[in-house]
Amino acid sequence: MSIEIRELTVRYGGTVAVDGVDLDLAGGKIYGLLGRNGSGKTSLLSAIASYRKPSSGIVRIDGEEAFENPRVARRTCFIRDTLDLSDSDRLRTALDLAARLRPTWDGSYAAHLIEVFGLNPRKRVSSLSRGQRSAFGVVLGLAARTPLTILDESYLGMDAVARTLFYRELLDDYLRHPRTIILSTHLIEEVADLFERVIIMDRGRVIVHDETDALRGRGVTVTGPAEAVTSFVAGHAVLGEQSLGGVRAVTLDGHFTAGDIERGEAAGLSFGPIGIQDLFVHLTSQPLEASR
Amino acid sequence: MFHDRSPIYLQIAEGIKNDILSGSLEEDQQVMSTNQYAAFYRINPATAAKGFAQLVDEGVLYKRRGIGMFVSPDARARLRAERRERFFAEVVAPMLDEAKRIGISVDEIVKHLGEK
Repeated sequence: MSIEIRELTVRYGGTVAVDGVDLDLAGGKIYGLLGRNGSGKTSLLSAIASYRKPSSGIVRIDGEEAFENPRVARRTCFIRDTLDLSDSDRLRTALDLAARLRPTWDGSYAAHLIEVFGLNPRKRVSSLSRGQRSAFGVVLGLAARTPLTILDESYLGMDAVARTLFYRELLDDYLRHPRTIILSTHLIEEVADLFERVIIMDRGRVIVHDETDALRGRGVTVTGPAEAVTSFVAGHAVLGEQSLGGVRAVTLDGHFTAGDIERGEAAGLSFGPIGIQDLFVHLTSQPLEASR
Repeated sequence: MFHDRSPIYLQIAEGIKNDILSGSLEEDQQVMSTNQYAAFYRINPATAAKGFAQLVDEGVLYKRRGIGMFVSPDARARLRAERRERFFAEVVAPMLDEAKRIGISVDEIVKHLGEK
């Protein structure tokens, strides 16, 4: 399902969690939503899933206003921290409820996932460890097979093995049943290969929305004699820099042509690409309080 | 398998070219579908599709409608010609630069290579 967000603002009292966001997400892709704690990821996702009414602005799903729209709600699944279950329920009960509510629910796939994650359907929600709770959220989210599936940090407490299983199931099921999936995460490096596009939030705003592949190698570090570096990088967006003695290393957001690089190397500069994780850290490393 | 300091679709294209050059992918042989490739290497299928599209654009692969993608009959020869052209600029020239910096003469290099 495609998502159209216009001038979306979400406020909690005096705090602006989402600040005038415009965003268009075409249907059928896997999106990664990245941002630091408090950057507004969960608030944005809550508004997309209609768990929260926008303070202003609008979210449209396949062209229809999303808020309090049962046609949209039936086809949207939002898995968040709380799981929106009562603690005294058994997993079995929660699965039965999901099967009744979701026309797209796949019971045999849910049973497969329960087994993959080693969960016991007779246990109560309250007895689950943090990682098991997250795994159960993944079961509910993936087996729902909704055209719009939103997973908000659904890996919390999972160990490396469980996370690997989660990513494997997510990709395999997406390949069989392509749909719109939004996954928010801090663990960029281990999951970025699954994202077709990446959205980066910072202080309530969307600062990057691009193909994941376009972000690989988008940042570059230029290192060399201080003066040569300074003159070479003039006019580029500097993300970070450090100096040691006469050597300066500057991280930039931008591309150089082969000719630029050849010229730089002739002047004694060296060039190193930076990965998505480093780019993310550089783009979002200003103190969060600055804009509040 | 892939690193994240350059676009994965370029790394995919480069990997398939290497397979063609080494002969592990033969001419007119079918390559994996984008979904098979994505599942095998655990990457987003759109990224894989972009890598394959790049190779079709370059004429390294060709499509058969409804069947899949195949290695072009002349792919290996063309890739070899391209790589041979780049070899002196991209492999030999940097080696000579380094040799010059550390005072190794061309004669010394030739002698060393003669012993190989």
